[in-house]
Amino acid sequence: MSSGPVSEVRGLPLRVLPGRGPLRRAVRSVGGRGSLFLVERHALVYRHTWLVFVSGVVEPLFYLLSIGVGLGKLVGSVHGPAGTPVSYAAFVAPALLASASMNGALFDSTFNVFFRLKYEKLYDAALATPMRAGDVALGEISWALLRGALYAVAFMVVMAAMGLVYSPWALAALPAAVLTGFAFAAAGMACTTYMRTWQDFEFVTLATLPMFLFSTTFYPLSVYPRPLQFVVECTPLYQSVVMLRDLTLGTVHLDLLWHAAYLAVMGLIGLLVAGRRIGKLLLR
Amino acid sequence: MTTALIRARGLTKRFGGFTAVDGVDFELNRGEAFGFLGPNGAGKSSTMRMIGCVSPPTAGELTIFGLDPVADGPAIRARLGVVPQEDSLDVELTVRENLLVYGRYFGLPRPVIRERSDRLLEFVQLADRQDDRVEPLSGGLKRRLTIARSLINEPEILLLDEPTTGLDPQARHVVWDRLFRLKQQGVTLVLTTHYMDEAEQLCDRLVVMDAGRIAAEGSPRDLIERYSTPEVLELRFDPAVHENAAEKLAAVPAQRREVLADRVLLYVADGDAALAAVRGLGLDPLTSLVRRSTLEDVFLRLTGRRLED
Repeated sequence: MSSGPVSEVRGLPLRVLPGRGPLRRAVRSVGGRGSLFLVERHALVYRHTWLVFVSGVVEPLFYLLSIGVGLGKLVGSVHGPAGTPVSYAAFVAPALLASASMNGALFDSTFNVFFRLKYEKLYDAALATPMRAGDVALGEISWALLRGALYAVAFMVVMAAMGLVYSPWALAALPAAVLTGFAFAAAGMACTTYMRTWQDFEFVTLATLPMFLFSTTFYPLSVYPRPLQFVVECTPLYQSVVMLRDLTLGTVHLDLLWHAAYLAVMGLIGLLVAGRRIGKLLLR
Repeated sequence: MTTALIRARGLTKRFGGFTAVDGVDFELNRGEAFGFLGPNGAGKSSTMRMIGCVSPPTAGELTIFGLDPVADGPAIRARLGVVPQEDSLDVELTVRENLLVYGRYFGLPRPVIRERSDRLLEFVQLADRQDDRVEPLSGGLKRRLTIARSLINEPEILLLDEPTTGLDPQARHVVWDRLFRLKQQGVTLVLTTHYMDEAEQLCDRLVVMDAGRIAAEGSPRDLIERYSTPEVLELRFDPAVHENAAEKLAAVPAQRREVLADRVLLYVADGDAALAAVRGLGLDPLTSLVRRSTLEDVFLRLTGRRLED
């Protein structure tokens, strides 16, 4: 190897990490600054097609109006997390926010990623530049998360306007919604790298639809027998529903950190797997 | 210290049990136009991908700018321009936006990209199409945009994988002209091709690859002198007598005789003299052509196959 001067790369300092082994590999495979460039690219594309954002904002609102408000008229009030009665709309709204964050993040990180990976060859082009596989993974996940955050803000504004926010802790529901988006975006992208055809996306629906319906979105956990309660408590969407509901209703307790930790770990694993898999698929 | 920009020793690439590149050695100097010539599946693209740091070598040694492509991939890629075999343009963006986004992948500031884009769009004659979407552009225009895109980081080496495959003759000439200008400007070109005329036009030096190995190396002129005769006599017979005539031609003194499906080629020093000898045997070809040797003949000699096959 040449002993010449170390080459200088404009604006992209090489990350030099001492040692070897799995930790180093893991850290290296997480994206860096390059991920921002992919986010910029998506923002440029969506400037032309801002309409798709509208549907993502409107869909959970329709659910809120039909089920929260409409069905809520029949239900009246239910027992909130603190045992005190709350309006049905206030009970359902945070759960809808949770599933909207999940769906928004998943849409980008599954269908769109698959299209860019297999058909558009977007990542092949990016990886011919100083971008790394980890940058691609982090960029996609960040974008999905940003998009989810935008939906969450719009939804929270409507919730507040409808009087469904009971506590200033609701402000913390926003980062919690973003965390939800991160967890599902990362897991979704990781799964997408294993998919072979569009048919495989049925598995995403198969996983998310029951979560949406049964993760105490529409009724409290107490309606289930204990064994089923345990199953529901293990699902990722349940963590998000509990967190968001407790925050918007102002029932704050330390257990919330466990739910947050669950989602953070899920997101980190997804991020690492997605980066490694993109590298494996494209850098052959 | 070596001055070679790219250096490969025993470079090997295996995919499972299949060996795409089988221990090749080559060296490339600054300012050269270097070509990999070979049929499909010869290992050209695999070699290019390894140089482009998007495919780790299975074995052997490879350094680019004196750096290791596995450890220093991003640092090397920052100094390379890549024109892949299949256009990987961003079809959701306009012509100009493609340059912007790609430039950003290199971490270049927007004003720098803007200034370079102006120049590059002019260079590939796409300035008047800059706000068009990429998708409906013709193959030739897409190729030119891909070339402009590959130059956004002002690369020291430009890698072109079959730069004109699939283009019509006119579009090919435009691309060759632009590549020739880049060469004049001192950009080091590395290209793969299965077109002889492309190799002869653009390459100072080339290697002929076959089945993952390097069969020969040299300048186009060298290779022709070394592996072929000054002239070639091409004869075409009525298909009914083709085989028979081909046998009889053994009587004509020639350095080498190639019997193809549709023609017979005689490799000789003097084509006209050989044609007279053919006529002297009482053979009456439908058409006859005396021409100079080309790289195609070298290829045929080295691999026993025609390139179009």
